[in-house]
Amino acid sequence: MLDTAKIVEIIRAMAARIESEKDFLTQLDNEIGDGDHGTNMARGFKAVAEKLPELSGGDAGAILKGVGMQLVSNVGGASGPLYGTAFMKAGNVLNGKDKIGAQDFAQALAAAIGGIEMRGKSTEGEKTMLDALCPAYKALQEKLAAGADLKAAMGAAVEAAQKGVEYTKTIVAAKGRASYLGERSLGHQDPGATSSLYMLQEIFKCL
Amino acid sequence: MRKLVGIVIVSHSEKLAAGVVEIAKMMAPDAPIAAAGGMEDGTLGTSYGKISAAVDEVYSADGVAVLMDMGSAVMTTEIVIEDMGDRKVTMLDCPLVEGAVLAAVESTGGITLEGLAEKIKEAYNVRKFPE
Repeated sequence: MLDTAKIVEIIRAMAARIESEKDFLTQLDNEIGDGDHGTNMARGFKAVAEKLPELSGGDAGAILKGVGMQLVSNVGGASGPLYGTAFMKAGNVLNGKDKIGAQDFAQALAAAIGGIEMRGKSTEGEKTMLDALCPAYKALQEKLAAGADLKAAMGAAVEAAQKGVEYTKTIVAAKGRASYLGERSLGHQDPGATSSLYMLQEIFKCL
Repeated sequence: MRKLVGIVIVSHSEKLAAGVVEIAKMMAPDAPIAAAGGMEDGTLGTSYGKISAAVDEVYSADGVAVLMDMGSAVMTTEIVIEDMGDRKVTMLDCPLVEGAVLAAVESTGGITLEGLAEKIKEAYNVRKFPE
């Protein structure tokens, strides 16, 4: 079970990771996008980190919705509304809960992915964050169904997300600014898939 | 009495949004049109706060049409509108400059928001050169 203190710890770890990978994410985005992913995400998660002490008194749903609102309000690029919607949708699933189990977690991740698909009008295979998140969710569900605990299932999810990030190098971007590049986006890993991987890795490390 | 339909221009760039408003005002100086460009600190990006404030600035019961550039401008506006509940605010899909001029002119002509949503489709077919 994850309590709200653990959820706050995970969010804090995500914020620190994004800050430390800021330059690399921006470099990836320079290659195929508008070169602001790292800067934007770091600005958003800095605002999240500043808000966390205030948010930490709420239940799991309130915390995640608060995180989402901070991202929507402070990121400035497409990752703001996308990750913001993801956290808000995940928060809706966890409304009123002070402790969340593996199934709650899986449902929240599914809702987050659904939020990104809805907001971005996107699906897997378009060289986006979904190419890390969808395989991760699938691996998580398979492991949980086979009786694994959340830590082990998240381990498999992170592995699947890593493969997903590699896979983005082999496909042409169909969504976002990178889609303007067409074939020239081949060979580059997607910055959004990469930041998604980092967040999943931080969840895994904190479990 | 009816008011005029408000117009909001959302862009990643503060200068672009202000410039589009400037051009639209050439044709329709009295149009209630507001710019929501860039982030709070003037850097490139789209700001939830600026978009909300711009909608509030030109809002009346007759509604507001929002015109956006691309990507996060569209998605952030979507969230702003969702959070405004049942207020009458609609995104219009059109070329930004041509659409803004058309919207400003039609607004001062007294068009309704529903009428503008239909009329704006004409902006799709505006050609720079005759075929």
